[in-house]
Amino acid sequence: MIDYEKLLHKTVRDIPPSGIRKFFDLLDDKKDVVALTVGQPDFVTPWHIRRAAIESLERGKTYYTSNAGLMEARKQISAYLNRRFSLDYDPESEILITVGGSEAIDIAIRSMVTSGDEVIIPEPCFVCYAPIVRLSGGNPVSLPLSEKNRFKLTVEDLKKVFSKRTKLLILPFPNNPTGAVMTEEDLAPIAALIRDTDVAVLSDEIYAELTYGRKHVSIASLEGMRERTVIASGFSKAYAMTGWRLGYTAAPFQITSQMFKIHQYAIMCAPTASQFAAVEALEQGDSDIEMMKEEYDRRRRYILKGLRDMGISCFEPEGAFYIFPEIGKFGLSSESFCERLLNEQGVAIVPGNAFGESGEGFARISYAYSVPHITTALERIEKFIRSL
Amino acid sequence: MDKILSLLESNGRYTAGQLAAMLGEDAGEINKKIEQYEKDGTIVGYKALIDWDKTDREMICAVIELKVTPQPDRGFDKIAERLVNYPEISGVYLMSGSYDIQLIIEGKSLKEVARFVAMTLAPMEGVASTATSFVLRKYKDKGVIYAAPEVDERGNCPV
Repeated sequence: MIDYEKLLHKTVRDIPPSGIRKFFDLLDDKKDVVALTVGQPDFVTPWHIRRAAIESLERGKTYYTSNAGLMEARKQISAYLNRRFSLDYDPESEILITVGGSEAIDIAIRSMVTSGDEVIIPEPCFVCYAPIVRLSGGNPVSLPLSEKNRFKLTVEDLKKVFSKRTKLLILPFPNNPTGAVMTEEDLAPIAALIRDTDVAVLSDEIYAELTYGRKHVSIASLEGMRERTVIASGFSKAYAMTGWRLGYTAAPFQITSQMFKIHQYAIMCAPTASQFAAVEALEQGDSDIEMMKEEYDRRRRYILKGLRDMGISCFEPEGAFYIFPEIGKFGLSSESFCERLLNEQGVAIVPGNAFGESGEGFARISYAYSVPHITTALERIEKFIRSL
Repeated sequence: MDKILSLLESNGRYTAGQLAAMLGEDAGEINKKIEQYEKDGTIVGYKALIDWDKTDREMICAVIELKVTPQPDRGFDKIAERLVNYPEISGVYLMSGSYDIQLIIEGKSLKEVARFVAMTLAPMEGVASTATSFVLRKYKDKGVIYAAPEVDERGNCPV
């Protein structure tokens, strides 16, 4: 028999399964579970956007696009980034259309990180960065953030892990799972620290449209940062387009031209029908974003009040569609809290430590669900904590 | 426009407490506003949307286009005010276009609706003509899609 140990890449074998996956597997054989677990909108993609993709298929537009993506879509992305976040990127040489924000993150890390490089990853955060860094031969350096700073990245924290080997800083804001955001004032000292270095920033801005009470600021718009920043973003969260698998990178052409090669050989191009949908979304979709954001905002206030009213302490999330309550005071680890909540009351939420060790003592609750659904879940959560 | 109204239009069962939490306002204030809306007739009523096809109750719905001779001084108001009194009629609309008044009629059977049109509506003073169309199937009403209950099919991708 073939020796799989020898066959398979050691780094790949050593990647642990995602902590979220592990918890989702527990859900598989459970019935009547009220889940607050998903990381995707409950809205259907607005009809005019779906219509645009259908029309492209009706007209037989079933070909590959250019590697970087439809020029019309890149022009629209460029205009959008300028309109919403005052950023300037040349559609010809500085924007790549990717298969979701995920591919954008992948090609950004792989185009920069090599053996021995350190990549600073503020945690809790989405689970993909460290495995990709490892696959590139780099060393992920966890930077635990704390609730007392509202899970923001501070320059004091950053200085603790900054070294000569630091190649890249991941900036995952608005943040999954905490809902934390970084304001311009929060970003300024970070920018000042890395401005005159050779350190780059991967700014994962997939939730940029989902901020409440203030507008998202991209670090790329701060002085001296554009030249060293790769923005990874996409259509999934803002336009409820997760299944279309469409994202993009915006970065200086020196970086884009290298990411382009990975994308060209690994992917070829993003799905064509999705790209036509994206053109429609960017041209006509601003009001859809507003409508969905308003609804998320109502649920955010609703769930925050619900949790606080039952005595769970919880900082106010200002972005994305997650809330990250502190559950440590109930004397259970995050995992056993969530497992017992699932087994005893049939409510599924994700243990905070699935997003990094500093998430221990917390849990992620997604509010990408209707208010009646959230209400049922809150009632059951309250019953559960009363029983502890 | 007050957000309370659009939220209640989307779900009439929201409590004042829920609306207050969603809007970041005080429940007492919300209650006062709702009472005021009910008093001044902005909120006209609360109802459940029922798909009668899922029950054993026989129900047939018809849309009737009326051409009407307007009355001196009162225009179409006089006949409309008379029409609203019939319990068989669930909707009365004054229309622009090729006819004047649209009625929505609900009845137990085709026969019952036909009898109402022939015996009550057509002979009514001021009614010049009627054109009746029966609803064969309701796909969407009041913004709600009448189909199988929505199932959350979102995949559990570890996001």
